[in-house]
Amino acid sequence: MNNNLNIKPLVKLDNLKVHFKLKRTSWFSDPQVVHAVDGISLEINRGKTLGLVGESGCGKTTAGRAILGLVKSNSGEIYFEDKALTSISSEEMFPLRKRMQIIFQDPYSALNPRQTAGDIVSDPLVVHNIGSQKERQERVDELFSMVGLQKNQQVLYPHQFSGGQRQRLCIARALALNPDFIVCDEPVSALDVAIQAQILNLLCKLQDDLNLTFLFISHDLAVIQHVCDEIAVMYLGAVVEKADRETLFNNPRHPYTKALLSAVLTSSSGEKVKRIRLEGDIPNPINKPSGCRFRTRCAHAKELCSQKEPILQEKSPGHWEACHFQT
Amino acid sequence: MKEMLKYQGDKVLLARNLNVQFDVKGQPVDILSDVNFELERGETLGVVGESGCGKSMTALALLNMVPSPPGRISAGEVILNSENLLSLSKKEMKRVRGKEISMIFQEPMTSLNPVFTVGNQLIETIREHKKISKDDALSEAIELLKSVQIPAPEQRIKEYPHQLSGGMRQRVMIAMALVCDPKVLIADEPTTALDVTVQAQIFDLLKEIQNRNQMSIILITHDFGAINEMADRVIVMYAGYKIEEGPLNEIQTKAIHPYTQGLLKSMLEIKPDSKGFRAPLPEIPGSVPDLLNRQPGCPFGPRCALATEKCLKMPPSFNLGPKRSVMCWLAEDGANK
Repeated sequence: MNNNLNIKPLVKLDNLKVHFKLKRTSWFSDPQVVHAVDGISLEINRGKTLGLVGESGCGKTTAGRAILGLVKSNSGEIYFEDKALTSISSEEMFPLRKRMQIIFQDPYSALNPRQTAGDIVSDPLVVHNIGSQKERQERVDELFSMVGLQKNQQVLYPHQFSGGQRQRLCIARALALNPDFIVCDEPVSALDVAIQAQILNLLCKLQDDLNLTFLFISHDLAVIQHVCDEIAVMYLGAVVEKADRETLFNNPRHPYTKALLSAVLTSSSGEKVKRIRLEGDIPNPINKPSGCRFRTRCAHAKELCSQKEPILQEKSPGHWEACHFQT
Repeated sequence: MKEMLKYQGDKVLLARNLNVQFDVKGQPVDILSDVNFELERGETLGVVGESGCGKSMTALALLNMVPSPPGRISAGEVILNSENLLSLSKKEMKRVRGKEISMIFQEPMTSLNPVFTVGNQLIETIREHKKISKDDALSEAIELLKSVQIPAPEQRIKEYPHQLSGGMRQRVMIAMALVCDPKVLIADEPTTALDVTVQAQIFDLLKEIQNRNQMSIILITHDFGAINEMADRVIVMYAGYKIEEGPLNEIQTKAIHPYTQGLLKSMLEIKPDSKGFRAPLPEIPGSVPDLLNRQPGCPFGPRCALATEKCLKMPPSFNLGPKRSVMCWLAEDGANK
C-alpha cells in the first residue's frame, strides 16, 4: 500500500478541455463551439491500462489525441511524468514523442499504401534518427517477430495484408521507438471477432513484456472489461463515472453506466436481464443541456438536475461519480 | 389468431443451391457455393460469419442485385410466392423489390441520398409502388416515420440526412423499407455503425414491427450478441459455404462445427468476477482463406485444430434433423442419411 503512494502516475490530466470553434453563422455572431472534451481529470499509473468508454461523439478519441498533442487543448494541463505538455516548446516535445505512441482504429487508413511494411515500421526510427541502416533493419526484424509477422512480409504493401495483420503492423510501428505510453484508439473495433481475440492477446502480452502503459479507448464494454485495470465512462465530453474494473462492473453507480452495461448483447443463453432502455440520442455537443449533461436521457432526472451540474466526486473509496443522487 | 396459426410453418422464401461467381482477372472465383435455406413467416433467421464469408453476397443474391459484371449468379433458385426471382425480368424484379422483399444496409448515411430531404426520398419510394397523390404520400410518409418512433416527424421529414443522427437515419431506412409492408426484410448489419444504446433501440423497433405484421427478417451480422438478441434460427457461413445451420439454442449450446465453436468462444463477454481478466482468449489461428487460390478439401481445414486427413476431402452438408445441418466430417456419425 505504501508502495502505491510513492508511485507517481505516468500520465495525468488535470481539467483538460478541448473545444473546437465552428464557422460563424453570420458576421456579427460569436462562433459556435463544440465542447468535445469538457474538463476531464484522469491519472494513469505506469504499467496499467485505463479504459475510456463511451458512445461515439463523447470525446474519448479527442481526449486521447490531446494527450499526444495531436489536437491542441484549450485549457487544463497534461502531465507526462513531471513535464507539463501544454506549455513546453515543440523542441522539448520532440524527444518526448518517442515515448508516447498511438494505435488507430482503422488499420486500413492508418498505413501509407505506397510504403512497404518494412518501411512503415522503420519510419519512426528514421524520423528520430536512431541507429545505422543495419541496426534499423535488425530492429524491424525484431519488431516483426514480436507482433507475429513473418520476416519475408517486410517487402509487401499494406493492401496485401489482412485486417488483423495490418493492425499488427500498426502495433509494430507504435513499438518501434520503445515507448512507455500507448494510446490504443479502438484498436479492435474494425476487426472480426476471431481476429479481435488475436490482437487483444497480443496487446496484453506486449504490455506484460515491455511494461507498457495503455490508454485504451473503446465503445465496447466487453473489450474494456477484458483488458483495463481502471475504467472511466465518458458522456458528452465529461467523465461521469470512474472506478477500478471490478467495482465498475459489479457495482455501477451512474445511470448512464448502468444503461450502457445493460445494452451490451451477450452470446450466452442465460436468463435475459431486464434492459434499461435509453430514449433518444446523445445531445449535440454544441448546445449541451444545462445542468447535468445526461439529464435529457436519464430516467431519474429531477428538477435539480437541470439547474446544477453535478461534479465528479469520490462516493466511495476509489469510486468516482458525477450525479446528484444515490449518494 | 387463427390466421396466424395457419401461416405458421409457411415458407415465405426458399433459396436453393445459390452459387455466385465473380470474375477476377478472367478467372471465375466462387463467392457463394450451394447455399440452401428457407425462411418461415414471422421468424428471424440470423446469418453470421466473418467479413468476406459471403453473408452480404447472399443477401444481394436473394434480391438479384449481385453487381454484374464482374459477378453473376451462376446457379440456383430463389423462390418467393412460388416464382423463381432469378428468372424474372428487370422490370418484374422491380415490382418484387420493396414490395415483397426489402433491405436495410449497414451504413445509413451512404444509402440515403444526401441532396434530397428525407421526406422527398420517402415519398419517391411510396409513389414508386402506389398510385397516390403527393399529398397522400406525404401524410403516409409522416405516418411511417411515426411508426419507427421518430419524434416530431412533421419537422424531421423536411430535413436532410446529414441533419439526422446515425440512429435516426437507420430508422428512416427502416421506414423506407416498410413502405409496402414487405414479407421479408433483409437487414445487413443494421446496427454495426451504431452505438450500443442505439443498437438496443433499433432491435426493439425491429421486433415490434415484426410482431405487428408477421414479417420475416434475415439478419446478417458478424456479432453473435445480435444473433442471440434477435434470431430464432442461425446460419453460420465460412468462405462462401453454409457450414452450420440450426435453431438458436442448439447453435449456442451444441455447436458441432469447430469454426462455430471457435467463433462462440472468441466472443468477449461481460463477466461479473475477475476471472479471466487479461487471460489469453481462445483464438482461431490464421485468417480467412484466399478465395482466389482455394485449396482442395474443407475450407476451414487449414485453421482447424481438429483437422484430420479426411478433411482434405470436401465434407458434404450432413443433415442432423429438421433444419439442422453441419458441413464437417465430425458430424458424419450422427447424420441421418
